[in-house]
Amino acid sequence: MSSTTGRKSERLLNLLIMLLVQRHYVSKDRIREFLYPDASTEAFEKMFERDKEELRSLGVPIEVGNMDAYFDDEPGYRVRPDRLSLPDIALTPDEAAVIGLATRVWQHARLADATTEAVRKLTALGVEVDESALDIAEPRLSADEPSFDVFWEATQERSAVEFDYRRPGAPRSTTRHLQPWGVVRYSGRWYVVGLDTDRGEERVFRLSRVEGEARRTGAPGSYDVPPGTDVRATAVRLAPPPSTGEAVVLVRRDAGIALRTDAVAIEADVVGPDTSTAWDRVRISRGGQGVADELLGYGAAVYVESPAELRTEVVDRLRAVVPGAEVAR
Amino acid sequence: MSVQPAGAKDQVARLLTLVPFLHARGPVRLDDAAAALGVPAEQVLADLNVLLMCGLPGGYPDDLIDVDLDALEESGGDGVIRVTNADYLARPLRLTPTEATAIIVALRALRGSAAEETREIVDRALGKLEAAAAHGTAVAQIDPGDAPGGPDLIRLEAELRQATSRRRQVRLSYYVPSRDEQSERIVDPRGVVTAHGFTYLDAWCHSAEAPRLFRLDRIAEAEVLDSEIQTEPEPPRDLGKEGFFESSPESTVATLELDPAARWVVEYYPVQAVRRRRGGVLEVDLVVANERWLQRLLLRLAPHARVIAPSSYADSFAAAAEDALRLYN
Repeated sequence: MSSTTGRKSERLLNLLIMLLVQRHYVSKDRIREFLYPDASTEAFEKMFERDKEELRSLGVPIEVGNMDAYFDDEPGYRVRPDRLSLPDIALTPDEAAVIGLATRVWQHARLADATTEAVRKLTALGVEVDESALDIAEPRLSADEPSFDVFWEATQERSAVEFDYRRPGAPRSTTRHLQPWGVVRYSGRWYVVGLDTDRGEERVFRLSRVEGEARRTGAPGSYDVPPGTDVRATAVRLAPPPSTGEAVVLVRRDAGIALRTDAVAIEADVVGPDTSTAWDRVRISRGGQGVADELLGYGAAVYVESPAELRTEVVDRLRAVVPGAEVAR
Repeated sequence: MSVQPAGAKDQVARLLTLVPFLHARGPVRLDDAAAALGVPAEQVLADLNVLLMCGLPGGYPDDLIDVDLDALEESGGDGVIRVTNADYLARPLRLTPTEATAIIVALRALRGSAAEETREIVDRALGKLEAAAAHGTAVAQIDPGDAPGGPDLIRLEAELRQATSRRRQVRLSYYVPSRDEQSERIVDPRGVVTAHGFTYLDAWCHSAEAPRLFRLDRIAEAEVLDSEIQTEPEPPRDLGKEGFFESSPESTVATLELDPAARWVVEYYPVQAVRRRRGGVLEVDLVVANERWLQRLLLRLAPHARVIAPSSYADSFAAAAEDALRLYN
């Protein structure tokens, strides 16, 4: 680490201490006199602004107030000790052990580091750690979606985001504008929920379908999340309805293992569409768009009996790829 | 997440954790402090050299923080850090919003995989952290949800990770969708990796005599054996877009035309090239590990994917579709 860095660290830390130990606001002149004695006015203003920002980004709450009750033209600065430091979180040994495990959850470099830093702060005061009582399997939280970081930060800061999004099946992406309310993981994938400002309605977007970089466009704190918003409930409400329908299919003996595994009912040895193998009637609980895809994947090993719409869809899609079949219809 | 400039800011952050750490624990050896902070000992020494230049804004020698450098730098020193005159920095900083959110979300993920008694401990820890972090964070807006597959899958993952580190073979009962069969095999585990929202075991498969990826939610049973692995231990593959499906000697390349409804294929499967065509159609060169897998994929996508080359794949696909269609005639 260079000595320039060391000098800057010194200045930052001395600034923090100076604002922390005074009971009153400290004037800008006094700060300049002690910490920036050799700087020109312009250089001082620049450095002081940046130093304050850096301390604030570390979580130091620098307050600005008036030095004098009678003259409001001279601002002063202070840091209140009670707002600077971690409140006394008395962790029991088993709680400390659980918190220690948290450092291993994130599979995302920045958030893993942030968790580790949090644990360092929480345990800096010295707590006993007792892992003996824990019965826990460690989950891993990954967030591979390139846009995850932008939505995470935008949610925290409440700043609007602009991004290109491609709906499934849509030929091309469109630019969307969102005030993010929350980020939710569902079935291993991350979604963002918020107010779509182009449509004036709440919407949910799957982060893996965001194309290119998402961009924060609004200033932090530029909107409020509607009070009482439950982001998970909103995501579930807006997501495609869960599959609830039932379908009845005939499956060749020894085929369709995945269909049999979670079948509602299986009737063995039924009359099938051909006699080259034995057939079983399998009742499955599935619905929605994916079910035709899934059944088509089995080719001639699965025959759809009902519902009629599903059967028609499967037949039509097969006709569309068999040369000459479309004409024959 | 924006890249943090290393240097002064990080150094100040470390010192603001180090001083409370020392304050709470009394004399700590340099090496131990470095390990606790996750940085080299030289870095801590450089940090301490900055610290002793800081102090109260009086300008007198007594105002400065005192660090006993002799004990750390002299050959006869005992290597113990002694910092005095820094009582005003005795408490750790509050958690930043990102730190608070990262750790709370991690703990919520842990909660979902904990046994009932441990869950109670997690809840206590969460309660304390949420109370401490209530201000200025978006913890309510970020929801990791339950792990896909629930606690069973997390336990399976933990078992497989353990088998990997203990170099034990595993007997798997695994469902292979492309062949629609349940297979039994012995594998030498190499590690657990995630990609596209799924978790995989990377292992050397003794049946295939090749490395294979096993999706955890398709493992019906896994038994960790007493026998040691028989292949050289290797780290698991990085499932970035490139490495997801390694091309093996048997794999071939098929050129397909994908309608918008089938574009998701490029996100999920290994493609060597993607060329844009009119109307949102893509022409892709897809790596095909075996022909049955391709037939199944094409049937699922029907009629939104067409084989351009090789023509043998187009013919066999048409034949498979015709076989399936014949069931309905």
